[in-house]
Amino acid sequence: MKQRFKEHIKQDKEEWGLPEEVESIEEMIRLYRAGKISDNEFRRFRLQYGAYGARLNQDFTMMRIKVPAGILFPDQLRRLASLSEAFSIGSVHVSTRQNIQMHWIYLDDVPEVERGLVEVGLTTRESCGNTIRNIVVSPFAGVCKKEPFDVTPYAKAFAKFFLRNTLNQNLPRKFKFNFACCEEHNLSKIADMGLVPITKEENGKIVRGFRVYLGGGLGPASFIAELLEEFTNEDQLLPTAIAVIRLFDRLGDRINMHRNRMRYLVHDMGFNKFKELVLKEREIVNATKSIYMKLDIKDIEKPTKGLISIKPFNASNEYKRWFNTNVVEQKQQGYYLVFISLQMGDISANQLRELARVVEEFSGENAIITTPQQGFVIRWVLGSDLPKLYKQLSSVGLAKPGALSITSAVACVGTTSCNLAITNSHRLGKEIQQRLLEKGLDKDKDLEGVTIHISGCPNSCGQHMIGTLGFYGGASRVNNTLTPTYNMLIGGRIGEDARLGRVITRVPAKRVIDVILKMISIYKSERNDKEKFTQWIDRILEGRGSNIKDVEELRKIIEEEAKIPDADIDADLYLDYGSDNKFTAKTARGECAA
Amino acid sequence: MRKIIIKPKELLNKLDEYIIIDARKEDEYKEGHIINAISLPLARVLDAKDPNELAEVFRSVGVSNDDKVVVYDDIFGAIAARVAWTLEYIGNDNVSLLSVTFSKWKSMGYKVEKRIRKRKEAKKFIVRVNDAILATADYVNAISKTNNKILLDSRERLNYLDAHIPHAINISWRALGNEDSILKSPEELRRMLKNRKIDRDKEIITYCGSVGTLSGLAYYALKYAGYENIKLYAKSFKEWKALQLPIEEFKNATYWDLSAE
Repeated sequence: MKQRFKEHIKQDKEEWGLPEEVESIEEMIRLYRAGKISDNEFRRFRLQYGAYGARLNQDFTMMRIKVPAGILFPDQLRRLASLSEAFSIGSVHVSTRQNIQMHWIYLDDVPEVERGLVEVGLTTRESCGNTIRNIVVSPFAGVCKKEPFDVTPYAKAFAKFFLRNTLNQNLPRKFKFNFACCEEHNLSKIADMGLVPITKEENGKIVRGFRVYLGGGLGPASFIAELLEEFTNEDQLLPTAIAVIRLFDRLGDRINMHRNRMRYLVHDMGFNKFKELVLKEREIVNATKSIYMKLDIKDIEKPTKGLISIKPFNASNEYKRWFNTNVVEQKQQGYYLVFISLQMGDISANQLRELARVVEEFSGENAIITTPQQGFVIRWVLGSDLPKLYKQLSSVGLAKPGALSITSAVACVGTTSCNLAITNSHRLGKEIQQRLLEKGLDKDKDLEGVTIHISGCPNSCGQHMIGTLGFYGGASRVNNTLTPTYNMLIGGRIGEDARLGRVITRVPAKRVIDVILKMISIYKSERNDKEKFTQWIDRILEGRGSNIKDVEELRKIIEEEAKIPDADIDADLYLDYGSDNKFTAKTARGECAA
Repeated sequence: MRKIIIKPKELLNKLDEYIIIDARKEDEYKEGHIINAISLPLARVLDAKDPNELAEVFRSVGVSNDDKVVVYDDIFGAIAARVAWTLEYIGNDNVSLLSVTFSKWKSMGYKVEKRIRKRKEAKKFIVRVNDAILATADYVNAISKTNNKILLDSRERLNYLDAHIPHAINISWRALGNEDSILKSPEELRRMLKNRKIDRDKEIITYCGSVGTLSGLAYYALKYAGYENIKLYAKSFKEWKALQLPIEEFKNATYWDLSAE
């Protein structure tokens, strides 16, 4: 079966883990339990190894596994399955930064889990704490029709260069790299440093380079990154990154926990000043660089054409529905990307095992990629294999349609695990997805490009600022009762013309779905001929709406829709999803900053 | 010395030395079982009301106090463990668990047969109740934070978080074995237990959700790791809840919603 694929498509497997680190984790926990090191010292240590405290319970921790470029191999999927059953909750969670998270692990089991990860080449090192976090890469990289070249080798080289590098072991705060593959599949403007590949012609030769964006990021205060220079030659990529990190390390705020991300430094100083410093610092980096300071770029050779074409067959409606929103043609003719939409990133151990088998049979690169939409994508799938692949995926609940549609909402873990969460954004996301799928909204072409993002607090792990419709959790008094609510934003988007969403109003948790549906029905009656939902939102933001002119007028309608009767009439409307208890807003200290 | 775990090859080399008990349902047994095995479904063991009745169950299928016994099942060793523990409780110390499940045995290409094996009834089974390995609800209820006892919940993590007996800690039964064996190696088990500060000088009481199967497996995992002072709360959380004894719940997080099941 597998001989159909040329060996050379296969992704190289990197060994991210280090066996000796398992022992040092074991030793540090022993010292900590024996009272030999302080809480703070230990906290810093464990965050460096991706162990993040669980919600309001000292015994447990979340472990975040760093997955550079989101690339996972079948044996790693199987190992994640068995570790999640033995030490976690029997399922794992895919994060928006392509990490894998395992929740509700005993702190004292961390060494055992790490050992299991390291054995298959994985690590949790530098997935939390004040370090360079996972390198995010567009899952289309290498197969995208619009990309100038494959950025995957650059991203992997970055991951290799910076992991355990002394440059970034104690930054003022975390630092995020996002690699785009093209202008569209592009999260570059919401990262500390975003990289978009471009080429130009120089003396008749094609030269590779990047557009480097700096100072973006989402959080309680979000910023869109700004462009450093028109063209950064590929050989200046690493010197530029090092220059930026050195500046951040030197000048970043180490005192005020709420303002120590690099975006505040850039913002406070002004981008032009920051840019000047970066270019100057880069000269110093270049003047003093050593032979070790080099990226190891190995381009992956790829076939340009699949061997087998799709034969016509009698496709079921379910298959067509899935095909329309989950399957995308690669630039290599005859090959396809197959997206797997999970429920807010959650996948069970049994599904992981099945996925491993499916990857071995159908993926030409014998690997799977995690996506920033909290799902997976299997790539290099031959067109002729799609019906069979669909059948196998659907038999284990992994062929949910709508992967690239409005139905695939994105949500952080919320109160299911996080100390900072006020609301159960995770469950709300699942409810939204289910409801929108029931309504068949994945099939609605007018809603193409619409995204829904939900966070359980203002900290934006669910990236509510970039959703066409965004929601972030809070607690407010509604009719004199403390109620889980969401602040609703509209108009966020990513890409080259990225834009942060604008807050509209506050909606009780149990009214969010109604409000989403209301927005769609308003759009349907307000749209101009053939106008898409996202275009209508643009008009509203510009005050050029039809009957409803602007945000103010839209707000009034949404507020009407969001109203709930008194608690003695319908008490359920005052509870959060997934809970029968009276709502309270319990939070504890966050763990991001060590 | 008695072995806790017998590997397939060891068993095949000493087939005449052991009575092999298949603890699965009788129908499953009839469809094929390990060579020489007799059938004794867990349900029959659980039906017996007291040690005397239990002894009679074993005697009637041809097992006495001194016989060397190997038990197996097809659900991770949990059913087998509960049968083995029962035998130990009424006075047969020569009981072992097969290291693999029936499915694994079959997939390894070892011999199975359909023939129904019956042993002659044993002449007698002298009941010598080993109370040291049984914990009752009262006993568990007396556990406090300071009395050097560890209460170990063998259910899966979400069930444990949801509600458990006060002071219990959780090691899911799924952490005890791996794909090759119903129990990990003693070294691996010891390493895990040591990390969790479960010391060998403490008394450990295991329990699970209903009748002491998963916790029976934990009982033998501890034994296999070299622990000696272990009790099984055989009636487990099912009885505990029925008796309306205090439980500990964790309601500050909506962890169930994080599950993909």
